[in-house]
Amino acid sequence: MIEIINLCKSFDEYQVLENLNLTIEKGQTQVIIGRSGCGKSVLLKTIIGLLKPDSGQVLIDTHDITRFNEEGLNRLRLRCGMLFQGAALFDSLSVGENVGFVLREHSGLDEASVAGRVSESLGLVDLVGVENLPPAELSGGMKKRVGLARAICARPDIILYDEPTTGVDPIMADAINTLIRQLHDKLEVTSIAVTHDMVNAYKIADRISMLYDGRIIESGTPEEIKKSRNPVVQQFIAGKAHGPITD
Amino acid sequence: MKDYLSRLGKKFLNSLYYAGGICTLGTKAVFGLFVPPFKGKQVLSQMNKIGLESLFIVFLCSLFTGIVLVFQSAYQLQKLGAKELIAPLVALSMCRELGPVFTALIIAGRAGASISAEVGTMKVTEQIDALQTMAVNPVKYLVCPRLLALITMLPLLTIYANAIGIFGGYSIAVWKLGITSSMYINSTFEALALKDIFSGLLKSVIFALIICSVSCYEGLTARGGAEGVGRATTLAVVISFILIISADCLFTAFFYFV
Repeated sequence: MIEIINLCKSFDEYQVLENLNLTIEKGQTQVIIGRSGCGKSVLLKTIIGLLKPDSGQVLIDTHDITRFNEEGLNRLRLRCGMLFQGAALFDSLSVGENVGFVLREHSGLDEASVAGRVSESLGLVDLVGVENLPPAELSGGMKKRVGLARAICARPDIILYDEPTTGVDPIMADAINTLIRQLHDKLEVTSIAVTHDMVNAYKIADRISMLYDGRIIESGTPEEIKKSRNPVVQQFIAGKAHGPITD
Repeated sequence: MKDYLSRLGKKFLNSLYYAGGICTLGTKAVFGLFVPPFKGKQVLSQMNKIGLESLFIVFLCSLFTGIVLVFQSAYQLQKLGAKELIAPLVALSMCRELGPVFTALIIAGRAGASISAEVGTMKVTEQIDALQTMAVNPVKYLVCPRLLALITMLPLLTIYANAIGIFGGYSIAVWKLGITSSMYINSTFEALALKDIFSGLLKSVIFALIICSVSCYEGLTARGGAEGVGRATTLAVVISFILIISADCLFTAFFYFV
């Protein structure tokens, strides 16, 4: 279980997260929605220890990771996989080297076993025979899928998705959503996805929370969110230009 | 006035913060060299990029430096009838000063810029964050192999530059100034002491540390997309140049008195 308690984070004068509270049950896919720049990615990076909060706690299985040193954080990170907005594939490595990176660095497996796991992970995201290609030769959708294969290659307990469908066409977005759902069902992982794409959110979420003004203002199942009476949530999910968010 | 002093104070503090960041990164990288895992493949790849791919440009610059040095010194020394001092002057200037400094400047411009651009691009495209999420220390993974490659290749390139510079001087002195080959070679070896060569090589190791620390620091702190990477690259080269010349000044003064 992941529990975020009174989390605050600011950059210079700008308060991004303010007393944010959120609980994510084990094995659940939690989607966090909100406008661009509202702090969704900051929240993800704080959960995985890339950013240090100003105050508050992030409890993962009751351990407060904000108190962890680098070694403790690394132990936690080995339990996590993360898909970045732009995939963040290493340009200097091939697709296969990217996907097997964490295994080669930490698992001590021999090269044949790593190659097997790489093929298996690429297979899960419907990519076959691309191991030797450089990332520069891949399309945006393929990069996202390779990023996803890299995130799941070490069979993590927790997967974080930062805007998994941004920058890909609707058909590819749907394919990625289906993949995320399938991976969740097959690997039984706890997932946290941040997005502003409601189609994506409804498709993959067990629960949706809306981040607004640095706080979670509403949480619920996709159906509950659709029926929310909160005007801010309604404006956002309906994608209206006028309403309490913009007025 | 108060505003001006406040801005001045802020700039001073920022400079201290910047200098502290570079020193911290350099120290972490040096300590990282002794901690496993060791990235042999990456070090060799960086050695190739930094060293072998710079051979031609170092060759050209050193050759022309040696040639110019002979012409300029001959212009003065011939008037005094001291042509025999040309060879020692070229050898000492190349080994103590011009070889290490010019090579470091070339490598700062070529490899330093490339390092900061590469690391900076990794930073703005979240590849550094990706490394960290996979429990890999970016200093150990990115900075240490580059530092080891620079510390190894810069002294070797300096020796190469010294040799080419001396050869450039030799060829002009023998071909154009009528100095005999044996006289030039003997004067060169008589003038050069081990201290002259080693002081130059010690400088080049310090220059390698400067180039790596500045270039990697600029890359790792790059922000703001392509423009930020461009700014980081320019700053990496400019700051490296300034620090190389400053460090050279300090070391030259030190070796003069020691």
